[in-house]
Amino acid sequence: MANALLSVRNLSVQFTTYGQTNPVLKGVSLDVPARSQIALVGESGSGKTVTMRAIMGLLRSPPAKVTGGEIFYDGRDLLTMPDRERLKLRGTAMSMVFQDPMSSLNPVFTIADQMGTILKYADRRLGRSRNGRERMARVHEVLGQVRMRDPERVARSYPIMLSGGMRQRVLIAMALLSEPRLLIADEPGTALDVTTQAQILKLLKDLVEERGLALLMITHNLGVVRETSNYVYVMNKGVVVEHRPTAELFEAPRDDYTKALIAAVPRLTGGTSFGKAGAAA
Amino acid sequence: MEFLLFLFRRILWSILVLVGLSIVIFAIARVVPGDPARMALGPTATAQQVADLQEKLGLNKPIVEQYGMFIAGLSRGDLGRSLLTERPVNDDIRDTFAATFELVLATITLAFVLGVPLGVAAARWKDKWPDTLVRVLAIFSAVTPSFFAALLLQILAGYVLHILPTTGRLPHNMEFVAGITGLLTIDSLLAGRLDVFGEALRHLLLPATALALATMGQIARITRSSMIDVASQDYIEASRAFGVPEPIRVFKYMLRPSFVPPLTILGLEFASLIGNAFVVELVFAWPGMAAYGIRTILQKDLNAVMGVVMVSGVFFVLVNLLIDVLVGFVDPRVRIRGSR
Repeated sequence: MANALLSVRNLSVQFTTYGQTNPVLKGVSLDVPARSQIALVGESGSGKTVTMRAIMGLLRSPPAKVTGGEIFYDGRDLLTMPDRERLKLRGTAMSMVFQDPMSSLNPVFTIADQMGTILKYADRRLGRSRNGRERMARVHEVLGQVRMRDPERVARSYPIMLSGGMRQRVLIAMALLSEPRLLIADEPGTALDVTTQAQILKLLKDLVEERGLALLMITHNLGVVRETSNYVYVMNKGVVVEHRPTAELFEAPRDDYTKALIAAVPRLTGGTSFGKAGAAA
Repeated sequence: MEFLLFLFRRILWSILVLVGLSIVIFAIARVVPGDPARMALGPTATAQQVADLQEKLGLNKPIVEQYGMFIAGLSRGDLGRSLLTERPVNDDIRDTFAATFELVLATITLAFVLGVPLGVAAARWKDKWPDTLVRVLAIFSAVTPSFFAALLLQILAGYVLHILPTTGRLPHNMEFVAGITGLLTIDSLLAGRLDVFGEALRHLLLPATALALATMGQIARITRSSMIDVASQDYIEASRAFGVPEPIRVFKYMLRPSFVPPLTILGLEFASLIGNAFVVELVFAWPGMAAYGIRTILQKDLNAVMGVVMVSGVFFVLVNLLIDVLVGFVDPRVRIRGSR
């Protein structure tokens, strides 16, 4: 996949805390071709979130430090490009869907205010100009796209006035404001009940397919991987241990860690399979 | 609509608080030993004269009836007569309250205008030198008693540096009669007297600073910790990921949710602020309610004591009501939940 939209090559990141330096990513490589749906799966601490934050340029250094590798977006290395250039991409060409709808919206500003502000500065970075009314029109439009029945009312609301599912859709709408080509989703809906999460994932998948976006889904949930991706990377302890088309992975996992991960999924029949032979980690 | 409901509930609560305050103060003032009539008339008065005055003041009636008389007067806006000054308490308080009000207003403004930016700076440069400086400053100002700060400021600015006046509200040779608000700074501007305004401000500066220090320190500390707390919230990280520039993140997305704790603290601190104002007023010979309040308390001038306490109480309740409204304005969660 040489011409992937996003291509992470041999990325290494270390964290220094309390005088101790620990490698967190040890040469991670992955590709997200345009219009593809890729999942990055692993347990807590596997390094999937750090990978995502490195791609988005959200790592704080210190304590984090990128010690090697490249991250190509559209053929350009994000790590070596000037900050100004990189800022032009963040939240615009590549955008993030946040995980927790209860805490990812500012409680003291209306949805319209928050989305309008994001759009205003995205426009400014891209050298576009839009007045307040045009911005609001775009906000309402995007809220409609995430299947809000009454976009104007939602826009006027404060987050506390909306249900968890609606807030999660607002978070998706925020990511879509500037028509990104790559959407990075950090376990959206994990904080919601299962039914609502299923709806959210369906919506996300539909949107991605409708608009021909590339999706990188970060998750620890194999069910989510199966639902939303056609290619999957499995991460453990800072390295990608296996990557294959999703269907293949579930049929015949090769790596021991992947096997353990699949075996650890609780089943409705025959009890759970926790602690089966081969459970690494 | 929801906001009106919220406001209505708060006002109802405030009235209850004031009723409670009046009962407590009324009881305390009568439990404290000493006969007001005897104290007012002095040691040479005869038993008959004392009994007459007691009769006149209604002191020999049951305490519940006395309270009823007090409330009846209060509902007409009449606080009775002062034994000490032999004038209506209303007039005494009207003459002195404006000065206290102006001092307290200046204090709050100063504490907030200095405290919040200090807190923001400390949070922005957490664990760097600005943070250390602000924290040391905040601790010192918070633990320095205001009368001590008042004396220090008076000595430093008044007697050593000779840059600011140390007593009163205006120079003795300046002629100015306060107008409708009673606040010299505002009345002088309304009258177009810039010279008076400047002097009023210069006189206000030292006592207001002495009084503001403690509150400013608290506000700076609370703003700092509140900003730091908000900075680690997911929504701030999210706004960063969406490319919202840092100044907007700090001064809009972080500052506004951070405002609630310092505002609440201000409301709580306000009670001790009024108490401290009495002391600071004495140090700076500020013609406010303090001198009057203290003299009347020592003399057991019951009507005047009740008047001073009730006016302070109403002042406190009103300020807290205002703060509740501001908090509701700053944080929609409060007014949405508060109306339910």
